[in-house]
Amino acid sequence: MSEIELRLTGGIGEGVSTRKLTGIAVAALVVSLPFLATEYWINAIIVPFLILSLAGVGLNLLTGYAGQLSLGAGAFMMVGAYATFAFQLRLPELPLPFALIASGIVAGAVGFAFGFPSTRIKGFYLIVSTLAAQFFFEWLFLKFPWFYNGDPSATISLPAGLWAFGIDLNSPHGRYYLTLASVALLTWLSYNLVRSQTGRNWMAIRDMDTAAAVIGVPILRAKLQAFAVSSFILGIAGALWAFGYLGSASVQSFGLTRSYQILFIIIIGGMGTIRGAYLGAAFVSLLPLALDWLFQQLLGGHADAGLLQNIQKVIFGILILWFLIKEPEGLARLLRRQSGNFNTRRFPRLKIRRQT
Amino acid sequence: MTTPSPPALEVRNISLAFKGVKAISDLSFEVAPREICALIGPNGAGKSSLLNILNGVYVPNSGEIIFEGEHFHRMQPLEAARRGIGRGFQNNALFSGMSVADNVIAGLSRHARATLLEEALLLPRARAETRRFRERAHEVLGLFNLEHHAETIVATLPYGVQKKVELARAIVAAPRLLLLDEPLAGMNAAEKQEIADIIATLNRELKLTIVLIEHDIGIVLKLAHHVVVLDYGRKLADGAPDGIRDNPEVIAAYLGGDKVEIAA
Amino acid sequence: MNMFLETLIGGLLAGTMYSLVAIGFVLIYKASGVFNYAQGSMLLFAALTFVSLTDQGVPVLVALVITIVVLALMAVGIERLILRPLVNRGPMTLFMATLGLAYIVEGTAQGLMGSQVKALDLGIEDLPIFLGDIMISQFDLTAAAVALILVVALSLLFNKTRLGVALRGVADDTSAALSIGIDINRIWQIVWTIAGLVGLVAGLLWGARQGVQFSLSLVVLKALPVLIIGGFTSITGAIIGGLVVGAAESLGETYIGPFLGGGITPWFAYALALAFLFIRPAGLFGEQKIERV
Repeated sequence: MSEIELRLTGGIGEGVSTRKLTGIAVAALVVSLPFLATEYWINAIIVPFLILSLAGVGLNLLTGYAGQLSLGAGAFMMVGAYATFAFQLRLPELPLPFALIASGIVAGAVGFAFGFPSTRIKGFYLIVSTLAAQFFFEWLFLKFPWFYNGDPSATISLPAGLWAFGIDLNSPHGRYYLTLASVALLTWLSYNLVRSQTGRNWMAIRDMDTAAAVIGVPILRAKLQAFAVSSFILGIAGALWAFGYLGSASVQSFGLTRSYQILFIIIIGGMGTIRGAYLGAAFVSLLPLALDWLFQQLLGGHADAGLLQNIQKVIFGILILWFLIKEPEGLARLLRRQSGNFNTRRFPRLKIRRQT
Repeated sequence: MTTPSPPALEVRNISLAFKGVKAISDLSFEVAPREICALIGPNGAGKSSLLNILNGVYVPNSGEIIFEGEHFHRMQPLEAARRGIGRGFQNNALFSGMSVADNVIAGLSRHARATLLEEALLLPRARAETRRFRERAHEVLGLFNLEHHAETIVATLPYGVQKKVELARAIVAAPRLLLLDEPLAGMNAAEKQEIADIIATLNRELKLTIVLIEHDIGIVLKLAHHVVVLDYGRKLADGAPDGIRDNPEVIAAYLGGDKVEIAA
Repeated sequence: MNMFLETLIGGLLAGTMYSLVAIGFVLIYKASGVFNYAQGSMLLFAALTFVSLTDQGVPVLVALVITIVVLALMAVGIERLILRPLVNRGPMTLFMATLGLAYIVEGTAQGLMGSQVKALDLGIEDLPIFLGDIMISQFDLTAAAVALILVVALSLLFNKTRLGVALRGVADDTSAALSIGIDINRIWQIVWTIAGLVGLVAGLLWGARQGVQFSLSLVVLKALPVLIIGGFTSITGAIIGGLVVGAAESLGETYIGPFLGGGITPWFAYALALAFLFIRPAGLFGEQKIERV
């Protein structure tokens, strides 16, 4: 064990205690953040960043770890959001945290169902199944007023606002801590999972599914587990997005663009790494701000919003290509290289074999 | 004469075709318990395809497999693993993004009992299982002197070491039948000898039945107890190494110019 | 019965448009093993370029030539900057790369040429004609004829020219093609150009129908079920798949839709494709892959 520890931290001369100290410092910073940042930053940047990170973690389990491509992240988020709405509306006795978990389970069941085709098809063929989920739920939640309680603008918002066990979470601080607690807990669970036998099964399927089957990895079960767990997390992320960040949401909040965004987060951040989801989400959240600022400086506020959006699109496209070509392991790898720590023990490379 | 024990594995009238092209035609042979059976023959003789049928990767068009007295018209890969059929692949089929230890531990999946929830919440059973698997993996890696590589990502290791990792993965779950596709390919003489010794040890100490494909006839004839010669999907010869060496048909069809080398 | 026939024929004719889009995918998939998610954006880009030129008063033929040159340049750029560096990478990586490409092409097209709807008049009458009691859209009929001509032209190209032989060589066995000296990079550039041209034709027909606008790029989402049903490697498959999807959507909306509250077209084709995947994963005309380990 000591040898492993040495190798993990070797080369830069850090001791374990330094790592612990850093951890404590980060935790303290994260907890006290609401008192350091402005309300605007909490509401408009930090909360959505955390939720996007969580969605990235969810999709990464499926796509980055288990190697199952999905363009339906938005659909599973949507299911989570609408399920939370239904629970809070029709079962108000159920406290919000339990409603979130129950919604996650609903989304997980939906993911399980739409994961079934993965037992027959591989690779990018699978986008058919996840796109089917995307279009089906956009249709479903718009078609039947039951899902949005007949609201004239077909949007959903929590009837009683955000309350958990009598605590009011509607303030920016309340939203932040609700989001933080959910995101931290689910990240911890995901981290444990990817290091467990289930996580090894997922990566084995990703790296070489035929060999995995032959050495006794239960392919079918592992794939469906990946779909269910990924959708569980995406579902809760969707509920947080709708009610913790937006306040009120509609089908459009979880359209195909959202699915692309979550996929971009993990490509840019790093496939098959937990922290890559955070890095990717930070990047995706901050890039538009940076571009806005840049154009303000360059054009003195004359930039046309539509043009800006198109430029942003082109830049995202270029970045995706750049990362795929030059750094398939994303920002997570880039950062590790910067810090001089080359150990790749916990953040393996996503290499998808080309069939010959 | 002692009564012969029933074969560990029997291949009976197996045929396989891809898009109408015959890969294996009406092939039958038996493998006795605890023997090393070598499949030899030129490229395209159907050797790898046969191993793939035994593992359930390919479905034969006809014929059956009898493994430890049970009859199968086709194997499922998972079923084969559960019944104790281990496998090493021709071109390394390691999980390239995972560490050596994780690759080997992945081979223990069929023994995993902890549920997803136990794993996510780090409950005692999941932790105990992780510890047990890790110990078992290190034990097996020790056989190959690979412990110091345990935490290295396999893709970064040299080819010869990767072949050993694959062998370790194939035996970690204690199979009863081990299928090896060219375990010595691409190695230098010293490495070949090392692997051949390990294979012989596994066979002797763990009482493993082994079916292997190998092109190095010199090593095959020393290592194997039983040799089956294939050519264009048909069986050309079947018997003890000594008989094979002298079989004129085999010499003509396959050994050919290599004969001098064998004698040496 | 007439209503059924009318729905069916309308669906089949609409399906020829799907086929047209799907053919562009098949060409690229066969030659470079890429599922080109950017095909929809390329279609938008091509149509938008042409319309912008004619709007500026450029004569139709000149505009056509310029558009074709632009498409060829784009194909060369894609091959150099994306395909070549990503050679030997997995199909999933390539797919994600085309998703990035789609963003670039869409952003460029709309950034340069605006995102408002542009009208396009190809001079095709859109009056219905009657076959007995059955009403058929003349426009759809013309579109179907164009699709047919294009398919014939493509099959002549593939079967009768030296280029076609080389193309098929690359599709069948890339390494063998390389070893006999076929310049694969060249082939990719040509195929992506041809796919762009097919996209142009489809984009113009589609654009004449509903205006040249962003939603044109969403046809990529229509083509996917078509390819699943027809198979990714067969032009015949793309045509049949397009017809099947067109007819199924039309019949589904008319006969199943009312029971589900209507508006089921966006996902109905996907449900059909999923059903197909379970019955025949390689599609109607696709080739089943043999895995070698």
